[in-house]
Amino acid sequence: MYDKEKDLIGAFLRGEVDRRGLLKGLGAAGLTAGTAGTLFNMMSTQALAADFDWKAHSGKSLKLLLNKHPYADAMIANLQAFKDLTGIEVTYDVFPEDVYFDKVTAALSSGSSEYDAFMTGAYMTWTYGPAGWITDLNEWINDPSKTNPQYGWDDFLPGVKASCAWNGQPGGALGSEDAKQWCLPWGYEQNNLSYNQEMFEKVGASVPKNLDELVATAAKLTKDVGGGVYGIGVRGSRSWATIHPGFLSGYANFGQKDLNVSEDGKLSAAMNTAESKAFHAKWVQMIQESGPKDWSTYTWYQVGTDLGAGASAMIYDADILGYFMNGGDNKMAGKLAYAPFAANPEATAPTPNIWIWSLAMSNFAKDKDATWYFLQWASGLEHAIFGATKMDFVNPVRASVWKDEIFRERLNKSYPGYVEMHDVSAPGAKIHFTPQPLFFDLTTEWAATLQKMVAKEVPVDEGLDRLAESINRQLAEAGLG
Amino acid sequence: MASVTHSGARSGRFRISRRALPYVLSLPALLVCIGILIPFFTAVVYSFQRYRLSQPWARQFNWGENYLNFFTDPGFWNTLKISLLYAGVTVTLELLLGLGIALLLQRRSTVNNFISIMLLLPLMTAPALAALMWKLMTNPGFGILSYLASLVGLENFRWASSPDTALLTVVLVDIWVYTPFIMILLLAGLRSLPTQPFEAAALDGVPRSFVFFRITLPMLTPYILTATLFRLLDSIQQFDIIYAMTQGGPGDTLTVFQVEAYLNFFQSTNVGRSAALLIILWAITYTLSNVFIKNWLRLRERARGEA
Repeated sequence: MYDKEKDLIGAFLRGEVDRRGLLKGLGAAGLTAGTAGTLFNMMSTQALAADFDWKAHSGKSLKLLLNKHPYADAMIANLQAFKDLTGIEVTYDVFPEDVYFDKVTAALSSGSSEYDAFMTGAYMTWTYGPAGWITDLNEWINDPSKTNPQYGWDDFLPGVKASCAWNGQPGGALGSEDAKQWCLPWGYEQNNLSYNQEMFEKVGASVPKNLDELVATAAKLTKDVGGGVYGIGVRGSRSWATIHPGFLSGYANFGQKDLNVSEDGKLSAAMNTAESKAFHAKWVQMIQESGPKDWSTYTWYQVGTDLGAGASAMIYDADILGYFMNGGDNKMAGKLAYAPFAANPEATAPTPNIWIWSLAMSNFAKDKDATWYFLQWASGLEHAIFGATKMDFVNPVRASVWKDEIFRERLNKSYPGYVEMHDVSAPGAKIHFTPQPLFFDLTTEWAATLQKMVAKEVPVDEGLDRLAESINRQLAEAGLG
Repeated sequence: MASVTHSGARSGRFRISRRALPYVLSLPALLVCIGILIPFFTAVVYSFQRYRLSQPWARQFNWGENYLNFFTDPGFWNTLKISLLYAGVTVTLELLLGLGIALLLQRRSTVNNFISIMLLLPLMTAPALAALMWKLMTNPGFGILSYLASLVGLENFRWASSPDTALLTVVLVDIWVYTPFIMILLLAGLRSLPTQPFEAAALDGVPRSFVFFRITLPMLTPYILTATLFRLLDSIQQFDIIYAMTQGGPGDTLTVFQVEAYLNFFQSTNVGRSAALLIILWAITYTLSNVFIKNWLRLRERARGEA
C-alpha cells in the first residue's frame, strides 16, 4: 500500500524531486493532505535515521525549559517525531516571557540539573557562558560520531550562526576562530518596517527610505490618518529590549557603535560621537512627534498589538511582530505590508540588529550526549521545514528553508513584501552589540537615558555625555575599561 | 526482679528526657531562627563581595567597597530619595483616607458593614494585577481614566509614562490597593474603644472636634501606629506595582530599592551590589520598625498608667 507514493517521497528526500513535484505527485495519487503528511513524516524519519544511529540513547529522558512562543509551539507539535526517531522521552516546562529569563537564571545559577536544554537569546549567553552555566557545543558539532552527517552546519545563515559564538573575551568579535558555540540558532528576527498599507494609501504616503523620511512620514501619518492613530511604533520601556530592535538597527546603519575596543582589549563608551548625537536627536524627535503617548511603557507586546489593532500606522521593530499581526483575529489582518529599511541615506543596504531564539545545553545536564541528540534534531533541517511550512516558524535560520519555494510562496501569498524584505536585509543582519558581560547594565541605562531625552528631562547632547561617563565608570569598576 | 529493672530503666530515661526537654521544646524556634538567619547572613556576606555571576573568576571579598561606591553614585541617592518619598506619601495619604473612611463607617449598621466588605475588594487583588488593571485604565488611547481626565481638561495626560506624573500614578494605585488595609484596622480599633468617655462628652455637650482630637485620636493612636508600621514596611519595599507599571522609569523616576536590587540581580547578575542594596533597605526598615515599636510600647505603658 502506498508504495508508489513512498517511492516519490523517498526520491524527494534524496533530492531527486523538488517539493513542487512531490506535492503534484501526491495530489495526482489522490492522497489526502493528512495521509500525505503522515507518509511524509514517516519517510522523513526513515531518511533521517539512514546514516546515523539515532537510537543510541533510547530509553533516556530529557527535560526542556521553554519560553511561550510560536517557535516553541512548533517544536512541541513535532516532538513526537523526535521521540519516535530516538526513543528518548522528552518533558518540558513552558513559562511566559515576563518570567522566563528569571526562571532560567535561577535554574542555572543554582546549578540545577532539572533542565537539560533551554531556549535562550544570544545576548544571554554572554552571561551564561563565562559563568560556566552552558556548554560549548563545538565538541559535539565537530564530532562525526555524535552528529548526523546530514545535519548541515554549513546550512545555517552565517551572520546568525556567528552571532551565537563568542570567545568570552570582552569585546571579542562574535564568530571568531577561537569562539565557543554557546548556542544553536533556531529562529531569528530582523528589524525592519511593517506598515499598514491602507493607512499609507489613505494619506498618500510612500514607504520611507531613510531616517529623515521615516521621521517625516511618521509625522504625516500621525497628522493625517485621524482617529487617534499614531505614526510609528517603537519600544520604549526601561529595558535593554528597547535598544536592540529598530533603534540599534538604524544606529548601526550610520556606522555607530555601542563601545570602542582598544588594541589592548579595553572597552569605552562610543555613543557620544557627533554622528551618534545626530541619530539620537532624530530618533527622539520621531517619538515625541509621532510615537505612542505612553511610549516609555512600550514593550514588544504593545508595539505589536497597536499595529494589529490599527492604533499605529507603522512599526520599526521585529519583522515577526509584523508577520503575526497580519493574521489571526487582529483587526488589521491582511492589511499589513513589509519593507527593508536602511536608516542612513548613504548606506547601500539595511543592517538589522537581530534577536535570535536559540537552543543551549545546560552545563548541569544529566546526559549531554542525549541532550545533543535533541538539539541537533530541533535545529535540523527536517524540523525547520516542518515549522516553516506547517506552523508559524516564520524566520528560520537555515538558508535552504529560505530557498524552499513552498515556504516562499506561502509567505508571498499572505505577507506581501516579507520575503523580499528578508532577502534584502539578511546579508547585513547580525548582532551589532559588542559582546561583554555588562551588556544588560549598559543597555538598560541607555534605555533610561533615551526616556529622559524623550521626556525632555535632559538634552540629547548632555544625556549622551552623561551616559558615556557613567558607562566608562562602570566598565572601569568591572575591570573592563 | 525483672519488674524493678524495667522500672529503673524507665526512670533513668525519664531523667535524661527531662534534662533534654527544654532543648527539645526550643528546637523548633531554633530551627526557625536558623532558617531566617542563614539567608540573611548569606546576603550580608555577598554584600561584602565583588560578585557577578557573569564573572565568577573575579569573585572576591571587597569588604565595604559595594557600600562605599554608593556614596559617590548619584543613582543610589536617587533610589534612597524615591523610596523614602514613595513610602512617606503613600502611608500618609492612606492613613488619612483610611481614618476618614473608618470614621464614616464607625457606627455598626447593615449598610456600613456591607460597604466595609466591598471596600476590602482591592486588598484581595494581587498588587501586580492591580498595576496591570491601572495600566489599562490609564492608557492614553482607550483608558477610562484618561477619558475622564480629558473631560476635566487634562488632554494627553500621560500617567505613568511621564516623569512628571509617574510617581503620582503609582501612588494612586498603592492607595487604591492598601487604603482598605488601614481602614479595616482602624475600624476595628474605633469599634473597640470604650464608650464611656464619648457618652460623658456627649452629656457635657463637648464639640465634635474636641472629642476627635482629645479623646478619639489619642485612644486610637496605638492602632494608628500599628497600621502605619505595617504599611511603612511594605511601602518602602514596594516592587510589584512599580515594576509592573514602569520598570522603574521613565528615566530613573521610580528606581526604588526593590526594583534596583531586582534588576541588579536578575538582569545584571550583580549579586554583590544587589545584596548591598537589600541590606541597606533592611537597615532602614529595621530602624523605622524600632522607632515605631518603641513609641507603641511607650503609649501602651502610658495607657496602663505605668509611665
